Amino acid sequence: MIECEGLSKTYRVARREAGFGNAVKALFSREYETIQALRDVSFSVRDGEIVGYIGPNGAGKSTTIKTMCGILTPDSGKCVINGRVPWRDRKKHVREIGVVFGQRSQLWWDIPVAESFRLLRDMYKVEPAVYRRNLEELTELLGLREILKTPVRNLSLGQRMRCEIAASLLHDPRILFLDEPTIGLDAVSKLNVRRFVKKRNKEHGTTVILTTHDMQDIEALTGRILLIGKGRLLLDGNLEELKKHISPKKTLHIKYQGKTPRLFEGIVLLEEKMDDTEAMEGQMKLSLDPGGLSVSAAIEALAEQTNLLDVSVTDITAEEMVAALYKEYEI
Amino acid sequence: MMRVYLDFISANLKSQMQYKLSFLLTVVGQFITAFTSWFGLYFVVQRVGAIDDFTQGQVTICFSVIMLSFSIGELFGGGFAVFARILGNGEFDRILIRPGSVLLQVLFPHMDFTRIGLLLQAVLVLGIAIPKSGITWTGAKAALLCLMILSGSVVFFALFLLSATFSFFTTQSLQFLDILTYGARSFGRYPFCVYGETVLKFLTFVIPLALVQYYPLLYLTERKTSPLYALSPAIALLFLAPCLAFFRFGISRYKSTGS
Repeated sequence: MIECEGLSKTYRVARREAGFGNAVKALFSREYETIQALRDVSFSVRDGEIVGYIGPNGAGKSTTIKTMCGILTPDSGKCVINGRVPWRDRKKHVREIGVVFGQRSQLWWDIPVAESFRLLRDMYKVEPAVYRRNLEELTELLGLREILKTPVRNLSLGQRMRCEIAASLLHDPRILFLDEPTIGLDAVSKLNVRRFVKKRNKEHGTTVILTTHDMQDIEALTGRILLIGKGRLLLDGNLEELKKHISPKKTLHIKYQGKTPRLFEGIVLLEEKMDDTEAMEGQMKLSLDPGGLSVSAAIEALAEQTNLLDVSVTDITAEEMVAALYKEYEI
Repeated sequence: MMRVYLDFISANLKSQMQYKLSFLLTVVGQFITAFTSWFGLYFVVQRVGAIDDFTQGQVTICFSVIMLSFSIGELFGGGFAVFARILGNGEFDRILIRPGSVLLQVLFPHMDFTRIGLLLQAVLVLGIAIPKSGITWTGAKAALLCLMILSGSVVFFALFLLSATFSFFTTQSLQFLDILTYGARSFGRYPFCVYGETVLKFLTFVIPLALVQYYPLLYLTERKTSPLYALSPAIALLFLAPCLAFFRFGISRYKSTGS
């Protein structure tokens, strides 16, 4: 159980203009800029939930995660995780969480993965039997057997990320924080990571808090998203609802052969393309609002005019939704 | 838990030893450079005969106690020398999300074993000074000498900790703080009384280096007999407490770096 209430944090950053003269000036007087990293952020997460935390770069995602991990101390506000305040009861708190920072390795660079794991085992005082079981399970699920003896610095990014995830779970944490876990991974590795996180959540009931810029991560893993921008929590809701909130419109993609269909009220042309002029085959991308014109009515009307070869109907993608959200909230 | 830290040390030692020749040369270099400062002292005292009534052997005791303390402090506190980097490259984030002591996680992977060169030199000079000092050695006095070295190491360690802690608050270079550590080492080659009343007071009440060098030396040479002089190194240990508290405060102001 995670409960955050009114979290605020400011940073003071020294700034100076470019140039030698200004560098000298900065020696004597400095200008500081106060950056409000978090403003009154409140939310709660139930045990076993998967929550996606999104927002543009610099919005405050990492600051929130780091506060929940006990790395940062907020200026004001409350945060209680499993009955403890992370930064005050750091040692006990971190025993119950697992953390993966996609951009930074948590493992020891020069030593083999297996040895890193052993160090973590000792550090978290994991019971030998529990450790053996977890290591076996994680090695199996994440396909680590071949790379356990390799030093971390020789691993590919995808291999390293699998090791990072394994490392964060050796001590059976109740909460897993994933800060951009799929950044820079290839398609197969991404799918593997997503599948694994989902499985872990289902079978172990691990709560997962995830930040990402990859909306497919969110779509694959979570129903609930928190949107943060300029340090403020802007939205807390369900992915499907958000999509509808942003745009209830459907996109209709058709391929046809024969006469080019005439458009009618309630339907808007987005793109048009002729594939084969001789055979009279073409494609159209259309947009319609199901409130005014139902999808089935539209397809029917189109089919009457021409020979439809293929039809697909899509909602706006998560990516489009996020872009629209960022625009709406001017972040 | 302790085993983890020992693992850190051995992993660190292994990686430092990976380039054997370089490691060895640095150790030898440290050993030799340290001698130049001892020779400097040796010839000065040779010419003037004694400093503030302290004979050459007694001054050399001061010298080696401070050198030994410094090198032990620096050997353990090597992590503080690279502390700004630890804060900057995200290593400190990693330290904070592990259920271990922050300080030990900073120190053990970064112990600077090349300091053994300096340490050996200091031991050697101490070995020369002990018989030459004219002090009538007893068991208690030998114990006091050990206490001086122990407390001195702790004070230097605390000074390294103190100057590292400033990295939490500024990203600027803080080399002027080296006066606390390297400066104190140079000053400490002579009994602290030679610098006058004000400096001695500063080194008694603010940075208690005189408590591990000058005052116990008075007791060793039987210029003073009050047990307070013999206990002064123990009092100096208290200096660590405010430095640790300041470090804790620094952690609460830790900003981390962008992801």
